[in-house]
Amino acid sequence: MSEHDTGSVREVLIKYFDSTERLAKIVDREVPYPDGKLIVSRTDPSGVITHANRAFIEMSGYAREELLGVNHYILRHPDMPAVAFKDLWDTVAQGKKWQGYVKNLRKDGAYYWVKATVIPNIRNGELVGYTSVRRKPSRSKIKESEALYETLR
Amino acid sequence: MTLNLSVSPDFPPAHLSGWFIFNTWLQRQLGTGVHLELYDGFEEQRKDIRNGKIDLIYANPYDASMLVRELGFKVLVRPRNRADETVIAVRQDDERNSVEDLESGITIATTADPDVHTMGMIMLESADLDKNNVTFREYDNYVLVAKALLNGQADVGFFLKAGYDELSDLVRSKTKSLVNSQISVVHHTLVVGPRMQEHVELLTERLLGMEEDPKGREVLKSMGLDGWDLMEEEQTEFMIDLIDTLID
Ligand SMILES: Cc1cc2nc3c(=O)[nH]c(=O)nc-3n(C[C@H](O)[C@H](O)[C@H](O)COP(=O)(O)O)c2cc1C
Repeated sequence: MSEHDTGSVREVLIKYFDSTERLAKIVDREVPYPDGKLIVSRTDPSGVITHANRAFIEMSGYAREELLGVNHYILRHPDMPAVAFKDLWDTVAQGKKWQGYVKNLRKDGAYYWVKATVIPNIRNGELVGYTSVRRKPSRSKIKESEALYETLR
Repeated sequence: MTLNLSVSPDFPPAHLSGWFIFNTWLQRQLGTGVHLELYDGFEEQRKDIRNGKIDLIYANPYDASMLVRELGFKVLVRPRNRADETVIAVRQDDERNSVEDLESGITIATTADPDVHTMGMIMLESADLDKNNVTFREYDNYVLVAKALLNGQADVGFFLKAGYDELSDLVRSKTKSLVNSQISVVHHTLVVGPRMQEHVELLTERLLGMEEDPKGREVLKSMGLDGWDLMEEEQTEFMIDLIDTLID
């Protein structure tokens, strides 16, 4: 899909913020975002997934049971710079809406780009979790983000 | 006390009489006077909502958000199988076959329906289109949007999917859809205001029972609906959170 996809396969050790890690297969192949769909998930205040819609399941390649109860970092792609997610968490911690372009890692090692929006869920004045809704990004925004993230890694 | 019922101006005109029939049904169920107030425009209706004139409203999802979060209204039910989806269409003979084929400078035929307009614009983002590089022409309904497309006044039309499906076969066959939203959790709802509090329990019970009752079924049919499904508070909050992520 992306012009520089090579289809090459590598293994990368991904270390998460909670000091867990996993050896992930990374395939240089983009899966195009489906037209007209929104990928929706919700998490608890710590980022553990509590809800996943059908489009999320289809695009991530995981079964619903594999997604519920795990941290959202399961989708973390090693090409994403840590500062992007720091910005996400800093923004929502202030009760604000965050928007950004994210390269996500599928279960099969391939990737997909999204334009993501994350908002805090407030019930009776209390934070109960977060909702993220993703839509199809334009090719030009993907290009820009690739270039930017390369400099931030 | 007479209660005021209203309906989001985006309902299909063919169901106008259905809402009057529903109004009569409602008076019988509640044993109180109910007045149906209809509006041509969204702004006019919102003004009256804010001024506390409306007690019960069949609201589009964007207005439901304002009603619940700002005005303390409560969502009771949603119509079954009636998600609000958006279609972006061009003329049948147009060479463009996908959203990504659209370029800046296009003219879009749209309506004041906040639902469809917002979703339409979101689906154009993948072609780097936004309100700064397109021209809008606003029409009162989807038949007029289709006409604008066919007579060349616009390149692209935004339709509520239900509105697109209700176009005549002849008109629809002269258009082609580039993309169809598939969201399924954004829909109209029946929302009640603070003055309806004492009626909520009875009203919910009667609404849910409509499809079991021959008279109720007739009323539903005249409104073009299959039945009502209960909306739990958290389902409503979820829908509103989702809409919040879509508006700037
Ligand atoms: C609602 C919500 C949705 C998120 N969605 C994603 C996502 O799609 N992909 C992703 O890599 N991180 C997502 N995150 C951020 C992850 O929680 C995590 O911060 C990120 O993957 C970086 O992981 P790390 O801090 O362990 O390196 C999301 C966070 C929240 C609150």
